[in-house]
Amino acid sequence: MAGSSNSGAPRIGVLALQGAVSEHLDAVRAARAVPVAVRRVDQLAGLAGLIIPGGESTVIGRLAQEHGFVEAIPKEAARGMAVWGTCAGLIFLAKDIKGGLPGQPRLGLMDITAVRNGFGRQVDSFEADLAVGGIGGRPFRGVFIRAPYIEQVGAGVEVLAEFDGKVVAARQGRLLATAFHPELAGDARVHRYFLGMARKTP
Amino acid sequence: MAARTAKAEKGTWRVKKGLAEMLKGGVIMDVTTPEQAKIAEDAGAVAVMALERVPADIRAAGGVARMADPTIIIKIMETVTIPVMAKARIGHFVEAQILEALGVDYIDESEVLTPADEEHHIDKNRFRVPFVCGARNLGEALRRIAEGAAMVRTKGEPGTGNVVEAVRHMRAVMAEVRKVKGMAEEELATEAKLLGAPLGLLQEVKRLGGLPVVNFSAGGIATPADAALMMQLGADGIFVGSGIFKSGNPAARARAIVRATTHFDDPGVLAEVSKDLGEAMPGLEMASIKKEDRMQERGW
Repeated sequence: MAGSSNSGAPRIGVLALQGAVSEHLDAVRAARAVPVAVRRVDQLAGLAGLIIPGGESTVIGRLAQEHGFVEAIPKEAARGMAVWGTCAGLIFLAKDIKGGLPGQPRLGLMDITAVRNGFGRQVDSFEADLAVGGIGGRPFRGVFIRAPYIEQVGAGVEVLAEFDGKVVAARQGRLLATAFHPELAGDARVHRYFLGMARKTP
Repeated sequence: MAARTAKAEKGTWRVKKGLAEMLKGGVIMDVTTPEQAKIAEDAGAVAVMALERVPADIRAAGGVARMADPTIIIKIMETVTIPVMAKARIGHFVEAQILEALGVDYIDESEVLTPADEEHHIDKNRFRVPFVCGARNLGEALRRIAEGAAMVRTKGEPGTGNVVEAVRHMRAVMAEVRKVKGMAEEELATEAKLLGAPLGLLQEVKRLGGLPVVNFSAGGIATPADAALMMQLGADGIFVGSGIFKSGNPAARARAIVRATTHFDDPGVLAEVSKDLGEAMPGLEMASIKKEDRMQERGW
């Protein structure tokens, strides 16, 4: 299995340039996988999955470009590495960005249009219970912080959750995007769902 | 999906504290005009602090320093897409109400402005907008968190370009955290009394092995090396006040400080980004500042 350690637990990277990195590392550990803080492109080798955390999408994008991640992540994704973007990470994954800076660096891997700060400023940040497809059972507590939403999805994209008529979670093959922050929810179900995606041999 | 009827809860503790978590590893820059705000955003700031005057000018001007004119704050909010913070005077809850009404993303209840209340801080739990407050030690940090601050910044001496006070206070907070971590549970009540901090929060510090909220460093940071120093001492991120726009080449210095904050533990990168930045802001020796003029002493 790609990206497994000797114990069989998959290695999951968290892009550690800026933002809520330690919260994702903790959540990956809670989901029984091996977390790896990724600061250089050579650390992508052998990962089963990569999480792009929340932070400022303009800053993460710029730093990712300076460090060669904008070229390296799509290569690893083509090899079979699963990729999950939360909040700023969702924007970084998206093919199209509304409300971004001109020329804002992005991976453009996922066939979605992200609306940056779509839910407004911090005074509009909120928590709400969500029905998230694929994680089963009770509602998931979505924490939305100056959050984006997904305006349009391409043909191969499956919508996993909506809030107020807006798409807030989606999956395209081995790519996952959430507008909210599962790493702040104290509930590892979305992390386990991503592990399930990352474990499957492409 | 059936989620569209679910209720949204705004201004929760998780949402307030969460925004600070998203700023980690980043640099927050003081700006006084939309043009400066744009330079900061383009240089990779995670947020800007909208002000009428940077601390060095407040220090030079003397007199009473107050919340900025809302016009300046609104113009800056219209110019950049990153979070915008603004300062209210210590204890001035009406300035805070005004800043919340403007829709700023974070309020800094700040010792850089002249305090409005010399005994009490703002009851920050009553606001939907999150607050950041300064602290010189663990007790002060935990008192502010008890009042509702969702983010802390260890104080330096603002507007000096001298990092010595920032170092002193970051070391003090970190040393106290390490001490609490090693204490027995039954020793915490007395420690809480000595620090003037709520016992519940002290128990949380022991359990977490750190502060319960994000802690940035602020005050006197003027160079990439200063920023990296504070990160190596344990800061989650950096506030730069006068250090950027009082320097010879603000855009270059802003970019360099951002890179130094990301690569704080890589001396090779730090050497590279420290080159050719032009003049740093003029610095002030602490001994030249009278005790009553020290901003860090403000806060109770």
